[in-house]
Amino acid sequence: MKSNQMNQKVLHLLFILMTCASLVPLLLVFSASFTDEKSLVTNGYTFWPSEWSLGAYRYLFHSSTSILHSYSISLFVTIVGTAVGVLISSMLAYPLSRKDMPLRNLFSFLVFFTMLFNGGLVTTYLVYTNLLEIKNTIWALMIPGLLTNGFFILIFRTFFTMGIPKEVVESAYMDGASEVKIFFRIVLPLSLPVIATIGLMQSINYWNDWFNGLIYVTKPNLFTLQNLLNRMMSDIQFLQTTNLGTSSALSGIQFPTGTLRMAMAVVGLLPIMLAYPFFQRYLVKGLTLGAVKG
Amino acid sequence: MKQHNFRTSLRRLKRYQMLFLLMVPGMAYLIINNYIPMIGILIAFKDYGSATWLFGGDWVGFKNFEFLFKTSDAWVITRNTLLYNGAFIVLNTVLGIAFAIFLNEVRHRFFSRFYQGVILMPFLISMVIVAYIVMAFLNVENGYLNKHILPMLGMETINWYGEPKYWPYILMIVNTWKSIGYGSVLFLAAIIGIDSEYYEAAVLDGATKWQQIRKITIPLIMPTITILTILSVGRIFYSDFGLFYQVPLNSGPLQPTTDVIDTYVYRSLITLGDVGMSSAAGLYQSVVGLVLVLFTNYIVRKKDKDQAIF
Repeated sequence: MKSNQMNQKVLHLLFILMTCASLVPLLLVFSASFTDEKSLVTNGYTFWPSEWSLGAYRYLFHSSTSILHSYSISLFVTIVGTAVGVLISSMLAYPLSRKDMPLRNLFSFLVFFTMLFNGGLVTTYLVYTNLLEIKNTIWALMIPGLLTNGFFILIFRTFFTMGIPKEVVESAYMDGASEVKIFFRIVLPLSLPVIATIGLMQSINYWNDWFNGLIYVTKPNLFTLQNLLNRMMSDIQFLQTTNLGTSSALSGIQFPTGTLRMAMAVVGLLPIMLAYPFFQRYLVKGLTLGAVKG
Repeated sequence: MKQHNFRTSLRRLKRYQMLFLLMVPGMAYLIINNYIPMIGILIAFKDYGSATWLFGGDWVGFKNFEFLFKTSDAWVITRNTLLYNGAFIVLNTVLGIAFAIFLNEVRHRFFSRFYQGVILMPFLISMVIVAYIVMAFLNVENGYLNKHILPMLGMETINWYGEPKYWPYILMIVNTWKSIGYGSVLFLAAIIGIDSEYYEAAVLDGATKWQQIRKITIPLIMPTITILTILSVGRIFYSDFGLFYQVPLNSGPLQPTTDVIDTYVYRSLITLGDVGMSSAAGLYQSVVGLVLVLFTNYIVRKKDKDQAIF
């Protein structure tokens, strides 16, 4: 029996090394954010600061208006975008899962084809800016990522095909329930696991999205947290110059350029890291679902 | 007969109109977000300067493409895109399979789940923050490498964000760090699905671990490997925009080794406002991308029909 097992000690050693490789980069950012600004300039980034300081966080705290504002934009976009996205994808996927649906193959193909071919950034950009004129609106952060592509729809379709017994739908129809009612009252409640999984993936996409903000938004008051971070990378003074961030309490504090960046990165990382242990299982399930043929 | 078919389908349509209703928002979205831009792709054959919206402008034939392919840009971005994504496909597949097998061997369930969770963590971090992390290591004045590692090795400091030659390695490391957990999750799911009887029989026959991996595990997860490879080869012309835009901090001197089709299209459109050039590059990407998916799927279909995607 023993020969059939890999050496457990070697395995654990390997994975402890992997764990370090995954986490150490985060640790560097984390400890830099607690370093004194002068010490960061002279001693560089270290895993253990020679001089600890809360200066960067103090600064963030005082200029918190713009950060809190960006947080709320991110939160709003994530929640509303995910809810609407999941609703629309499942509504589109359900009829496609019904074997008796007329034109089912045509519509399925139309969904599937969006995964094979797309118009690319230029024409999409022109449609959204010239046709829908969503530039510098909250919709710019939400609409372009709503269904991403046919992918989630196809996952929903597979689930509905496998997980919803035909007899249940048919008997409800015989009892006089309309197809819409069947969908909302019977199909959706039976599909909570897949809704949770796709909702999770969708919300991670929204929370981490900076691309739509980068191309469609120039107004600072619509910046998501990611866009604020992105902007601060190229323009660290941004927090200082934007009128959202100015506060009289800051005038006396020296602007902590390097550590402030890292503190911002920590602030951006924290929500997902804290929530991660709770959703890890669903995430793993969601990622695997995506790889299943369907 | 035809008449009859038509009438029954009309009756069926009536019963199913509610289901059609459910599809309206989603289909409307796909039309706006996907199909109109697909038609709009024709602007690659137009002089956009004279028009203000998607369907305006004078036809100029292949002029935009001529401009694109006359410069060395087209060659550089194509080469970079193919080499990077090719390397990523190989690295992610090989390492993904290796770590899936290792994870599967960890006997303690708690630990295998814990390890999986940790190596998957970088996958959740947005590229903006990844760029911050990389900068903490590579910053010229006080980054960890220049301040601590290189002096320790007695080497000169390096201007990381100005020297293109290091970036293929940097980007490969960053990409592997970020996506190795994802790959191992996918392959682990396939490995868990393998019937344990195969292994029990192999052990009775005295097969070593290595033989079991080579003769049982790999062949049985081959369908998953094939599908994932088709999907990634089909997308080999598309890059992870964030990796190539955020991580090198959009640095100009790095472009010879960090510019890919996606960053080129973005820069031409947003920074330079050159719709003609960027749409030509975008169309080039979309068409070659489509051909690649169809081609890889065709090859797989020829070898083994069951493993093809469509």
